[in-house]
Amino acid sequence: MQGESLIVRDLDICATPPGEDELTIVSQISFALKPGEVMSLIGESGSGKTTIALAMMGYARRGCRIAGGSVQLGETDILTLSAVETRALRGHRVTYIAQSAAAAFNPSRRLMDQVIEGALIHGVMDRQQAQQKAIQLFGELALPDPEHIGDRYPHQVSGGQLQRLMAAMALITDPALVILDEPTTALDVTTQVDVLRAFKRVMRERGTTALYVSHDLAVVAQIADHVLVLQAGEEQEQGAIGQILDNPGHAYTRSLLAAARPEARTPSGPQSSGDELLRIDDLQVGYGRCDRNGLPNNVVLDHIQLRIDRGQTLGVIGESGSGKSTLARAVAGLVAPSRGEVQFNCRELPPTLRGRTPDQFRRIQIVFQSADNALNPAHSVRRLLNRPLETYFQMSRDARQRRVEELMDLVKLPRTLLDRKPSGLSGGQKQRVNLARALAAEPDLILCDEVTSALDTVVGAAILELLAELRRELGVAYLFISHDISTVRSLCDDVMVLYQGECVEFGPCSTVLSQPQHDYTRKLIGSVPELQPGWLEGCQWSTHTQPSTAPV
Amino acid sequence: MNDTKTMPASKGNRRPYVSPRSRLPIAVPKQRNRSGLQLTRWIGLGLFSFWLLVAMFGPLLAPYPMGAFVSDQIYGGASTAHLLGTDYMGRDMLSRMLTGARYTVGLALVAALLSSLVGAGFGMLTVLLPRWLEESVRRIFDTLISIPSKMMALVMVSAFGTSIPLLILAAVLSYAPGSFRIAHSLAKNLSTLEYVQVAHTRGEGRLYIAAVEIFPNMIQPVLTDMGMRFVFIVLLLSGMSFLGLGVQPPAADLGSLVRENIGGLSQGALAVIAPALAIGSLTVGANLLIDSLSNSRDSQKE
Repeated sequence: MQGESLIVRDLDICATPPGEDELTIVSQISFALKPGEVMSLIGESGSGKTTIALAMMGYARRGCRIAGGSVQLGETDILTLSAVETRALRGHRVTYIAQSAAAAFNPSRRLMDQVIEGALIHGVMDRQQAQQKAIQLFGELALPDPEHIGDRYPHQVSGGQLQRLMAAMALITDPALVILDEPTTALDVTTQVDVLRAFKRVMRERGTTALYVSHDLAVVAQIADHVLVLQAGEEQEQGAIGQILDNPGHAYTRSLLAAARPEARTPSGPQSSGDELLRIDDLQVGYGRCDRNGLPNNVVLDHIQLRIDRGQTLGVIGESGSGKSTLARAVAGLVAPSRGEVQFNCRELPPTLRGRTPDQFRRIQIVFQSADNALNPAHSVRRLLNRPLETYFQMSRDARQRRVEELMDLVKLPRTLLDRKPSGLSGGQKQRVNLARALAAEPDLILCDEVTSALDTVVGAAILELLAELRRELGVAYLFISHDISTVRSLCDDVMVLYQGECVEFGPCSTVLSQPQHDYTRKLIGSVPELQPGWLEGCQWSTHTQPSTAPV
Repeated sequence: MNDTKTMPASKGNRRPYVSPRSRLPIAVPKQRNRSGLQLTRWIGLGLFSFWLLVAMFGPLLAPYPMGAFVSDQIYGGASTAHLLGTDYMGRDMLSRMLTGARYTVGLALVAALLSSLVGAGFGMLTVLLPRWLEESVRRIFDTLISIPSKMMALVMVSAFGTSIPLLILAAVLSYAPGSFRIAHSLAKNLSTLEYVQVAHTRGEGRLYIAAVEIFPNMIQPVLTDMGMRFVFIVLLLSGMSFLGLGVQPPAADLGSLVRENIGGLSQGALAVIAPALAIGSLTVGANLLIDSLSNSRDSQKE
């Protein structure tokens, strides 16, 4: 079966929040795709991307309802099908690739059984044929050892491989339409390149019609023919990819483009004073039991040297598992290093929380990635911000009240939010409260662990702006951990590149990122998709080009 | 850029009203059976609060003293003088049940509260203790959990003789370990969350973290668990009384009322059916209430 045309007319989807009136969350969406074309839905979270994509299968999530419009796939009007006909459609003519492959696979079954399950259920082919087809697809998707990878279990393959296996699962029935819902968002940039390349090749060869949901314009530029820009469930702009990138008509599209192309760092505020704030010498951190020489079972970080001056920002980049977060946790005292020493304010910092003084607690604050978990859901914003004031400073009630309000102004949140619980805040607002709580302690150093990763590009850019501004005004130093090179570039003075627990490159941000010396740094920089169609074909990096571990 | 462009082009010809009853068959969301859920909650709440009220005010309402021999007829049926008939010695069944319910409900409530308090308290604190201490506390509770509850209660009663504090102690020893396991695993998950780590790096003490950061986020599952413990303890105490090892005569709880009147079972006497039904309705009521509470919590989370 080849890809078929998809025509969507005036799609409306309504949702009923518990105990409230129904509201329209997607309104009047229309678009048309010729067979073999790829349409991308782009917008921030909550803009209705996934809701629209799911409607292509005639599905609405609980509490939602497809209220009007039509979806025409080839000859079929999907929204008028009966329940039985829809069941025959899903997983056969229309298939779905989800964001988190790890959550989509059943950990207790072999990969092959899961990949061919759809084909068997719909009786498209028998087991023998399905397995042959799957092996062929594994090969096309550039999976290692296509003959035998199907015998493994999901935990035995990497995240990028799992994502490609899910693509095989979706393509095995030769669907007329494939829906890809942020399929590379959870991957490292270096893996993302491989996965994108595999997706693109397979879809091109098979002439698959596809709907690609994403918030990342640069990724979309590589894979889509058309783009539909969404905001709050309404179409903002629609057009061919080249036209959207070169000549965006709508202000919102332009703001998306601007957020995707962060400006090179403007030299911000007071350059570092030269006062040493944090120095780390030959740090080694590991987990597990220590052997006779005091070497832990799993060494996560080794030979780490760094120095942060007062008011300076050090960026730490690397892919997942490179030990970035462990570095922050070691400085915060949450894990004890097995070797090496940390000097803070020219005094040795006790390795664990137990030995630290209240003043040291106050001067080092940590801000975590996911504001959902970093704020206690049972406490109001006021209480969250009050607590550090109570612990660190002997303030009267009135003084605390004033300070809390000041902090809210500092992070540009309205004071009316003070009595809300974290569940009543948006992602960006939560991250601002998270920052305000760290600032309440009047720290010298804030450890920022992927603070913008969970946010939309536009919201993340605003948080970065805020961080830069706070640094100018308060002279606070950051240890800024990120996997995203563009955020590091826009904020940091110095940068440290971590690869498999070792520092492979260290130096001023502008030098390292413009003239990378180490292979891995080059690969990391080269893997970031650029905002132009055809970049993917020119990109030479893939996971097969392993960098050498030794610094060049 | 002009203003009209910022509005989506389709907005102008937008239909003013989208029919609420769409004809699209597959698009209709599965509606949770709300009224059904509401109904079981009300039944549960009704049954449970009825028994709570009986436990509190029952003895005041009893028409006769619970030990008084008021009728010549044994295993008498319902009559205007004796609404629930009479027992095997001609005592008024209604009065005995109104008084007996206090033992069953009261004992079980106290024991369930204590079990949860002990279990949840230890469960929360051990998470923050050094690892070896946490392990040893866990092993102690694991040992207790491996002893069958009724067996333990029987052994304790035969060793020390039965008394109300001892019955409570037996119930707590039997049910606190389970409560500990649940609270411990909840607290363990919560303690790895980032807000708890932030509190650690702020230099907060263990008690503060347990009470302020962890406890508020596990209170609801702990309450649900306590409700379940309550039901188990009602059944344990009734079982003990049925075996003659629980509350001793002339006082009687619902379990011993069933046992006393077991002779009337062949005649279908109200005296044995009524207390059995009472135990049933109490436990079913408590269960329904717990279910609906945890259901509504789930739907809140969504």
